[in-house]
Amino acid sequence: MTRSLLVAVGLAGAGWHPAARTAAPRRTLRPSWWRERAQRLERAGADLVTIDDALAPDPAGAARLDALLTASFLAPATARIGLAPTITTTHTEPFHVATGLQTLDFASRGRAAWQVAVSADDLTAAQFGRRTLPADPAERERELWQEAAEVIEVARRLWDSWEDDAIIRDRESGRFLDRDKLHYVDFEGERFSVKGPSITPRSPQGQPLVAVAATGDAALAVAAEHADLVFIAPSDGTLDRVRRAAAHRDGEPLRVIADVHAVLDADPRLARASIARLQRTASAPWADDAIVGTPDELLHVVDDLRSAGFDGVRLLPARSDADLDAIVAEVLPQLATAPSTLRERLGLGIPVNRYERVSA
Amino acid sequence: MNAARRASSGRQVHLAAHFPGVNSTTVWSDPAHRSQIEFAAFEHFARTAERGLFDYLFLAEGLRLREQKGRIHDLDVAGRPATLAVLAALAAVTDRIGLVGTLSSTFNEPYELARQLATLDHLSGGRAGWNVVTSSDAFHGANFRRGGYLDHADRYTRADEFVDIATRLWDAWRGDAATPDAVRFTSRLFDIDATPTLPGGPQGRPTIVQAGDSPEGRDFAARRADVIFSRHNAFDDAREFYDDVKGRLAGNGRAEDDLRILPAATFVLGDSAADAEEKARHVSRAQVTAPTAIAFLEQVWGADLSDHDPDGPLPSFDPDPASTVFAGRVRHVADPVATARAWRERSEAEGLSIRDLAVSFLGQQTFVGTPSFVAAEIDRFVQERASDGFVIVGTTSPHGLDEFTERVIPELQERGTYRTAYPETATLRELLEVSAA
Repeated sequence: MTRSLLVAVGLAGAGWHPAARTAAPRRTLRPSWWRERAQRLERAGADLVTIDDALAPDPAGAARLDALLTASFLAPATARIGLAPTITTTHTEPFHVATGLQTLDFASRGRAAWQVAVSADDLTAAQFGRRTLPADPAERERELWQEAAEVIEVARRLWDSWEDDAIIRDRESGRFLDRDKLHYVDFEGERFSVKGPSITPRSPQGQPLVAVAATGDAALAVAAEHADLVFIAPSDGTLDRVRRAAAHRDGEPLRVIADVHAVLDADPRLARASIARLQRTASAPWADDAIVGTPDELLHVVDDLRSAGFDGVRLLPARSDADLDAIVAEVLPQLATAPSTLRERLGLGIPVNRYERVSA
Repeated sequence: MNAARRASSGRQVHLAAHFPGVNSTTVWSDPAHRSQIEFAAFEHFARTAERGLFDYLFLAEGLRLREQKGRIHDLDVAGRPATLAVLAALAAVTDRIGLVGTLSSTFNEPYELARQLATLDHLSGGRAGWNVVTSSDAFHGANFRRGGYLDHADRYTRADEFVDIATRLWDAWRGDAATPDAVRFTSRLFDIDATPTLPGGPQGRPTIVQAGDSPEGRDFAARRADVIFSRHNAFDDAREFYDDVKGRLAGNGRAEDDLRILPAATFVLGDSAADAEEKARHVSRAQVTAPTAIAFLEQVWGADLSDHDPDGPLPSFDPDPASTVFAGRVRHVADPVATARAWRERSEAEGLSIRDLAVSFLGQQTFVGTPSFVAAEIDRFVQERASDGFVIVGTTSPHGLDEFTERVIPELQERGTYRTAYPETATLRELLEVSAA
């Protein structure tokens, strides 16, 4: 049975292009900004929205809300769309990461996902002042992603630490809980240990989804071993590389989601002008594989990626207003696979018009 | 003149609504108790509290499941969501009511918590509040990176510095500044060089609540807090606490009304005093089941008492002071042998069984009576400066607050000392009538 393509949209504040964020540094502090966009994405048929975040000021100067709390805020205002905040593992408490995601899963009735990321920079480390990171960048990457793997492992254990029927409410014996259905996780890792159980019962999904953006080899290795989804830039050979890395897994195969940056306009020249304008104030090149053109061109790219065997796409609007609008209006409706008419939902086709002449 | 202000010139009553906690106060055996983990329960509770025009709703927190005799305690309600995430979700289904959660200054770091509280303040339009708790023991620490790393004696130092750092971070990106200032803080406990990712929310700084009762706790509150969540709900005791704490404010350059004192209060309503008393007896017995009564005594005796009859006398032998039977509660028993002896004396003098004694501790309801009586009592505390209001705790989730909102709030409004509407726009601090620091 062919699974349908997962269609995700990534939000990085006012846009994935730094200039878009610099132009609107406080816009995303407004709760209505997030609510409107999440609801529009949901109505247009997106399966998942990711909320990008980091524990340090944005170099582009934009203010950033905490992603987990933003996602939790969006939970009651949405009904179907998955909610995937970035939560880092380097300076956070694994216990809080785990219970936070369970709570998002409860608040959203089973739509929580976790974008795992590390904080590899010294600036972020100084904000906590609790550890020094290895000087060598490659060693640092390895160590931090190894730690991320441990945080994922302990989160998974905590998520299962209450069996589904741990709450018994037995008046006879006066017991609210069956303590045999609660499990210490007794995790002993390189950098931390966690006793458990979670303070939070098993959430609707049991295990919220774990996603990793494959920013490098270390991240990819962790994705291959521990994640449910990997987000990756789709250059030549990417899919093969990822499938090879994940070949040894038991259980569900890793879902590979292609990351596609987009600058969109009905007129491709205007799209090119837009990126040029954004680049004028940028200090570095940006997403040279971005799709700069019409929504139709983006749809063709998505189709190619589907044919190539990717499990999904994540669309990354350079500007969260103009490009997101185009994605919502012109791209998502063409990708939606969920039944949209009432007849379709009931399995009834569209009837032939009774007045149509039947060909001889 | 703000239409929401009361007509009388009496002191305004401030109420908070406490989501039923994971202890024996919550009567899970009541069929009306549904869930204390499904989001729908929190949503119902929040809407009920908002309909009742409470200043804020309140969530407690515990960072490890309680244990007794080395095993997970199974008699009381258990299971809670992560505080900040559920408050953020509640920000989406409420408009006016404050959102106050309990968060540890020991098992969090200032940068992340300051950021999350500022986020909550933005998402809620200025309604975020933080009840600062300082538990530092190795029992809870077992779930965290550094274990029981903090010396008990240092817990308020850490809390104080933590709030100081968080405050500087909230203040560091003010007004129209394009970029935030850096915050540097070096002490024995912290070494931080930080810049916030966002400005403070509409409140600037979230409302701070504190619940510690020790002299250190009271000093901390007098310095840092907007609200004290106290245990002192008996009139004379409450007055004494009120005078003591308010008396510490001037030394910190603060006025009497800059700190609200809100004791916890439970309630049982009836159509008459007798009806309420009868219901209260029923609630007490439901809260303090036979197994709960035995477990309660075991906390002091440090021994397995399951062979004792709950309707019989207390154990005749003394506790072993070295035994640590119960972990995960706020209070520790300082002198178990003296306590046991006092309890034995008292139960002999008053003819109390084990269960009766346990009820006298765990099953007491603060306000028992008709709605009008309860409203009058609450008002009396406030007008006579024994408190500034109360934190109201129901006994079931999610409906435990319904009756209070439906029946007691109108009585308070009638007395003219409770708002009849929320102000058009108000931050939590403004609802509490506490001036911004």
